[in-house]
Amino acid sequence: MSLDKKVSELQKRREQVQQGGGEKAIQKQVAMGKLTARERIIKLLDEGSFNEYDMFVEHEARDFGMDQKVLHGDGVITGTGNIGGRPVCIYAQDFTVAGGSLGVMHARKITKIMDHSLKMRMPLIGINDSGGARIQEGVNSLAGYGEIFFRNTLASGVIPQISVILGPCAGGAVYSPALTDYVFVVDSISKMFITGPEVIKTVLGEDISMEELGGARVHSEITGNAHFFAETEDECFDQIKSLLSYLPWSNTDVPARKEVAEPLKEFDISAIVPAEKRQPYDVRNIIRAITDGSDFFEIQEQWAANIVIGFGTLNGRTVGFVANQPLVLAGVLDVDSSDKAARFIRYCDAFNIPIITLVDLPGYLPGVDQEHAGVIRHGAKVLYAYSEATVPKITVILRKAYGGGYIAMNSRHLRADFVFAWPDAEVAVMGPEGAANIIFRKEIATAEDPDKMRAQKVQEYKEKFANPYVAAAKGYIDSVIEPGETRKSLLHALSVSGEKQVGMPMKKHGIPPF
Amino acid sequence: MESLQVGSVVYTTRLTKKFRNRPLWKQPDMKRIESIIPGTIQRIMAREGDEVTAGTPLLIVEAMKMRNEVLSTVDGVVKKIHVREGEMVPKSHLLVELG
Repeated sequence: MSLDKKVSELQKRREQVQQGGGEKAIQKQVAMGKLTARERIIKLLDEGSFNEYDMFVEHEARDFGMDQKVLHGDGVITGTGNIGGRPVCIYAQDFTVAGGSLGVMHARKITKIMDHSLKMRMPLIGINDSGGARIQEGVNSLAGYGEIFFRNTLASGVIPQISVILGPCAGGAVYSPALTDYVFVVDSISKMFITGPEVIKTVLGEDISMEELGGARVHSEITGNAHFFAETEDECFDQIKSLLSYLPWSNTDVPARKEVAEPLKEFDISAIVPAEKRQPYDVRNIIRAITDGSDFFEIQEQWAANIVIGFGTLNGRTVGFVANQPLVLAGVLDVDSSDKAARFIRYCDAFNIPIITLVDLPGYLPGVDQEHAGVIRHGAKVLYAYSEATVPKITVILRKAYGGGYIAMNSRHLRADFVFAWPDAEVAVMGPEGAANIIFRKEIATAEDPDKMRAQKVQEYKEKFANPYVAAAKGYIDSVIEPGETRKSLLHALSVSGEKQVGMPMKKHGIPPF
Repeated sequence: MESLQVGSVVYTTRLTKKFRNRPLWKQPDMKRIESIIPGTIQRIMAREGDEVTAGTPLLIVEAMKMRNEVLSTVDGVVKKIHVREGEMVPKSHLLVELG
């Protein structure tokens, strides 16, 4: 056939481009313990589903010897494929080609696939592995980044955007992951920072390695920039597939229904919370005692561990959990946990995922460092996020709910749809000990035995106020339930909230305390 | 398990690394002038024994490619200068003591 020669020329060209930066560069990549860009896409997507575009895009730079350089695919592989049978858009930077550096054509390939994902309303997955801007292309590189960041923002809250950091992601480049919904990092492979170790050493004299400055652990435990931590790239890909199984494909889509199953028997909900309120427990066990099959997909597990966020299913449908964690810092709210919760609430609200809030906190973390770090401003984010959220919001007060913490954790006043409370719940302005000390100060000071008087007054206050019935009498709590009735109550509350519709005053948007 | 006091109650709970490493607040002493940024002492204008008023430039620290004037915080006398010209200093390093 006359086209045979042309077809074999196409196949030869394809093979050439698929070599990326060549055998030597690939060996270097492998030696660093990293997969190649192409391997990553193939592993992540459903078998045989990857369709590549812009394979033959070439850079047009002519300065600084660039006219002599052939950069296959201009250092990035872009295309569409399926995950779990559903279509996604994906790009993977190719570190073997000019260090994966970003030039204007490289950026154009990425923005094309980003436009596609927004147009066709499907998740965008970006695998970052790049030395940064291609200096030879100067301002063109910056323009490229700018176009990417703008699109990240445009698509925010419309389609799920996932960033996978499988190599260096430094300088300006790091803003794309920061603007996306979820950032995945892998131990010893991910590196994210704005100013690198060399510059920091020269300008400030601080000596630190890349790993200590912006490695996977730093971002999972300290900065909160990463949402999921994996030991290997394979584990990371499994995590991505798991996450996507909970998410809707766009803000007008519904997440795929999962299998309905009762929680596992080993999670006995009535046996988890200690009667002594100063003793801790792991609130994740409560979540597992509630969800279908005791399944809970936690997000940002190692950062701000005093609050727990993540996805589970109830009656097969995805819900988002926000829960105080008494096991860490007594479950207080502070700067980091406020940020963690607020962003997750916004995410669920943007994608129509109901929010279940489990409350057990003694208040906010005391300390000058917290106050000077702006715990006021950060704490306000939670109030703002809950108030503005219009998805079904259901709260269960498990134990303590004092003062501002009671209000912030999705109270009735922030328009929770249903507020349940367990019989041991204490809803009060402050704990009995503190309250009694203030209200009965005179009686205690003038008593014969002040300690005995104090203990007596604390007990009186406890009996009168530190229970759910005072708040229930005022309708601030809708229903006091037995722990064993929690799952049933939540399932019912969700079943009657499916068509929730509320309006907001007309405005372009509010001004959250950024 | 450790403990954390919130309000009047001490709770049994785990603490985080961040919490344990948090800086404890110290009352700032206006008479001790410390560097706010790492840098190099470019020039020292003041001499020990000089009488100065609040706002008098005492020395210049070069940092982040800029020359930063360090001013006196109070009216007083320059008691002791703790650095030399050309010396590289880290953050929060004692530069000048006023009396």
